[in-house]
Amino acid sequence: MPDVQSLVIEFVLKLKKRKVEGSQATARQTAVLLRSVISQQRIGYTNQAGALIDAVKAVGEQLVAANPVELAVGNIVRRVLHIIREEDLSLTTAAMAGLNLSAVSDDDDDNDQDDHPVLSAAAVAAAARSTLRPPSLQTLLEDMPDPAAVPHTSSSGGDSEEKSKSADKSSRSRKLKHDVIEAVNELIEDIDTCHEQIAEQAVEHIHHNEVILTLGSSRTVLEFLYAAKEKKRSFRVFVAEGAPRYQGHLLAKELVARGLQTTLITDSAVFAMISRVNMVIVGAHAVMANGGVIAPVGLNMVALAAQRHAVPFVVLAGSHKLCPLYPHNPEVLLNELRSPSELLDFGEFSDCMDFGSGSGSPLIHVVNPTFDYVPPKLVSLFITDTGGHNPSYMYRLIADYYSADDLVLQRKAAASN
Amino acid sequence: MGAPKKSAAAAAAARVSDDPEELARVPLQAVLLADSFTTKFRPITLERPKVLLPLVNVPMIEYTLAWLESAGVEEVFVFCCAHAKQVINYLESSQWFSQPKFSVTTIESHNSVSAGDALRFIYERNVIHGDFILISGDTVSNMSLTRVLQEHKERRKKDSNAVMTMVIKRSKLSPVTQQSRLGTDELFMAIDPDTKQLLYYEENTNHLKATLSLDKMLLIDNSSIRLHNDMQDCFIDICSPEVLSLFTDNFDYQHLRRHFVKGLLVDDIMGYKIYTHEIHSSYAARVDNYRAYDTISKDIIQRWTYPLVPDVLLLGNSTTKLERVGMYRASEIVQSRSAQIGPLTVIGTGTRIGDNTKISNSVIGKGCDIGSNVLIEGCHIWDNVTIEDGCQLRHSIVCDGVVMKSGAVLSPGVVLSFKVVIGQNFTAPAYSKVSLLPQPIKQDSDEELEYADNNSDVETSCAPDNMNGELTSELSEIQGSATSELGCGGVGYIWSICEGASEEEWRHSIAPISAEKLAELTQTTDDDLEFSNQDGNAPASSGELRSDALSDSEDDDEDTKNDSAYFEKEVEATFLRAVHENVQVDHVILEVNSLKLSCNMEFSACAGAIFYSMMKLALETPHKTTDELSRAVLNIFNSWHRLLKSYLSGKDEEIEVILKFEEMCSESAKELSPLFTQILHHLYDKELISEDAILGWEFEKQGAEESDRVFVRQAENFLQWLKEASEED
Repeated sequence: MPDVQSLVIEFVLKLKKRKVEGSQATARQTAVLLRSVISQQRIGYTNQAGALIDAVKAVGEQLVAANPVELAVGNIVRRVLHIIREEDLSLTTAAMAGLNLSAVSDDDDDNDQDDHPVLSAAAVAAAARSTLRPPSLQTLLEDMPDPAAVPHTSSSGGDSEEKSKSADKSSRSRKLKHDVIEAVNELIEDIDTCHEQIAEQAVEHIHHNEVILTLGSSRTVLEFLYAAKEKKRSFRVFVAEGAPRYQGHLLAKELVARGLQTTLITDSAVFAMISRVNMVIVGAHAVMANGGVIAPVGLNMVALAAQRHAVPFVVLAGSHKLCPLYPHNPEVLLNELRSPSELLDFGEFSDCMDFGSGSGSPLIHVVNPTFDYVPPKLVSLFITDTGGHNPSYMYRLIADYYSADDLVLQRKAAASN
Repeated sequence: MGAPKKSAAAAAAARVSDDPEELARVPLQAVLLADSFTTKFRPITLERPKVLLPLVNVPMIEYTLAWLESAGVEEVFVFCCAHAKQVINYLESSQWFSQPKFSVTTIESHNSVSAGDALRFIYERNVIHGDFILISGDTVSNMSLTRVLQEHKERRKKDSNAVMTMVIKRSKLSPVTQQSRLGTDELFMAIDPDTKQLLYYEENTNHLKATLSLDKMLLIDNSSIRLHNDMQDCFIDICSPEVLSLFTDNFDYQHLRRHFVKGLLVDDIMGYKIYTHEIHSSYAARVDNYRAYDTISKDIIQRWTYPLVPDVLLLGNSTTKLERVGMYRASEIVQSRSAQIGPLTVIGTGTRIGDNTKISNSVIGKGCDIGSNVLIEGCHIWDNVTIEDGCQLRHSIVCDGVVMKSGAVLSPGVVLSFKVVIGQNFTAPAYSKVSLLPQPIKQDSDEELEYADNNSDVETSCAPDNMNGELTSELSEIQGSATSELGCGGVGYIWSICEGASEEEWRHSIAPISAEKLAELTQTTDDDLEFSNQDGNAPASSGELRSDALSDSEDDDEDTKNDSAYFEKEVEATFLRAVHENVQVDHVILEVNSLKLSCNMEFSACAGAIFYSMMKLALETPHKTTDELSRAVLNIFNSWHRLLKSYLSGKDEEIEVILKFEEMCSESAKELSPLFTQILHHLYDKELISEDAILGWEFEKQGAEESDRVFVRQAENFLQWLKEASEED
């Protein structure tokens, strides 16, 4: 127990000090931490799921409070809560239906896993309780619902398999925990592979001799472009440098290293260049439930320029970036203002900030926001690891990943304080 | 579960393998001095140690510790001296003792009165094993230590005498006040631009002094030198363990900069060297005085210290949210709709703000109660302060628990210490400091004696520590005595500003410098420039430092004229005194010589001046006819010719005397003009003026205008005679 506690504290500090950067890394670390929380949690015979949910929520609250701007943390906490609920439900229904269903499971398991790795847990649960709740749109679109109950991944050890087989009533607590951990493992794997999943779709979107514009640096975008190049598509990339952090420079370097024809432009030249561009492809910090995007600063301007010239504006986002919340005043509340030193040199301007003379109030005020909010109407397409989606479809996708009970996680945390 | 642990272990293993030279890896250590050993924050520091004073609602030490922790320091020794109990209690209740991979150890000492003592004490404890970071508990920074540590280590490998690396940051001086934003004095540093070695460190405490003298050796020994006055000392030092032993060896080292750094720089016997590291994008500054406190607060609010900003640096459970135009708002604030909360303001948890209240550029603490129609501008208001209706506060610091009765006014620069009560409609005068504790009787306000002062601080500090409980009883006691001082119902003593310091008060207070003071300052700066021109020997460096210190040739001429007039007057006075008091000739020569040196004059000027005084004396002796006058002159020549002779070493001086004489005859003493030739003859007879000089004078006058040649013509016969005599020879 104290081990988990110290891990939690360590991660909370890291988040607080803004030492974890990038939503993928944050999401992965959160999932890993929650997995150890679950594995360390002792649970009794009754209300096991409740105990797990409480434990995860308690940790989740701390993590979200540590950096409320990093939405991936909250997303993963909610995903894990959802997994616990689903697994619990599937176990209950499985118990009701008898052992019949679980016996069938092993056969189909291996075939389907590769095709629907993301949705398996959700789909499994959805299938198992189809009598209890209406199925999601996603499952309706699938030809055949997954009959699998317990997904086995390669990471599961030998002894766990043993235990799962002995689906005894006395070891049900172990079974629930075990299933949850398996599902979380799968989630971690999804996060790890989200780039590849998204990149696979690149060929469908990028065509010969096209000009692609992007801003700043995003690993997903890099992989996406590279995947298209691998498939022998020849196209050009315009990279807007992304002031004030100039991560576009890094992206340009990477792209050139991978043999892509790259043009670096300033952010202010975006409008001038956009008429030559066939498609804008950018990464996101988070995708909100209404289809709006929290993205690196400067993207709203690019999106407006793209709309003006009717250029498709495509956002790449791994499923861990889908946030079930609706944005209220996102420019302020979901933003992070960083140090002005990224914009100007303190030494040069120190005499402008002499409060000793004059009225005592500073005349210069530097604002350096990290994020921009791009409203859903400016986004043409989202490409997630499950495929391309319209902004208006986001809320539906989110319903597949999160249970409605967990949405208030953050507000609860605030109220308890 | 095991994964993070394993990776940590792997990282540690990798680190060890990285530098195989170091067999046992020493954890990075830091010494944090939780005492500034100064009295600049009095009277507040009488009741609470400086490091626990809230800076934007968070105790200063939090910033320092948070920075050390994030910079990768693993072991911190917090040295507590004044109010040690409070510091230790605070740390115990904080999260710092329970941090993984970050250990905080307190070291308590009651008889240390300076940073030097503290370091000696730590040396005795023998806890520092490798390079360490020396920092004071009031430093705010977000710099990364990796580069500077690496530089320091590499230098150490090459040269074991490189004992310290100082962190500096560029920060221009204010053009008007000649002091930095932080209210600290002008700082001059000479740095070798290639090696970054610190060669010279001088704090210019005298604001009127415009010159700076560098040791000649500095210029001889170093091929290039860069002189800075635009650098700010961040007071973050990377030290080698030798620094501690140096302090122990030199038991008179007290102050880190004034004694230690300067000592090492001046004393090159041991050959220890100090280097500098300039930081560019990150922030570092030390809260040295009230002005620095105000400035750094504003820097924090403007997020220069990111991620050490109010909405990120969490303390306790309260979350602070950042809104537009730099507004930080904690939870559970009750604010009237008509209240105007201006830009760059921080408001703490549970604070209540009444109708039509205006707040701008201020920091308000937790649980404050602010009434209606209150005006707060540029203030720092700490926790649980009650401000009743209609108060006005401008650029003040208001400590915990203060009560301001309705209509009270704080003028700029006021400091209200803990639990002071300001009476109704009372106006606190500008720069006043008010405390519940009476002002300690100071022996001397001189800053040099801060150590002695601190001794008493330790003693007095014990009182307020246990006072909190008895405060109420004491309050009633004080109430009787101090009511009148702070208006009706007021509680507290107004501290009198110590003599001499009143001049400096505005420099260090949080109030902006008033327009009159600024005008005064620019005036003095201008005077300064004139002064340096007058000198004519201001070192070139000062010209470099001030581009506008150009000396015009016209000015120079005027100056020299003034100077010589002054010199002549002095010489005349000396001579007259000699005549009246019968001073020996030798002594007069000595005096005139010293005058000559002090005014930087030539021998010819001395001769001229002495001759002038002699003639003046002759004129002043009562006379009726020119004959009598001539006789008087002769008398004086007889008795004082030796004095004049001693300055007439060559032809040039003699010509100067003749010219002077000529000038007198034509201008100031017309009476003498008929006697010109006669007196010239006397001078020749007395062998004061040689034939060559007279002929030289005539030669010089040959090209002059007719009006200038009056005396040459007058002396024509004499000149003729001289020429003939020489031919005969």
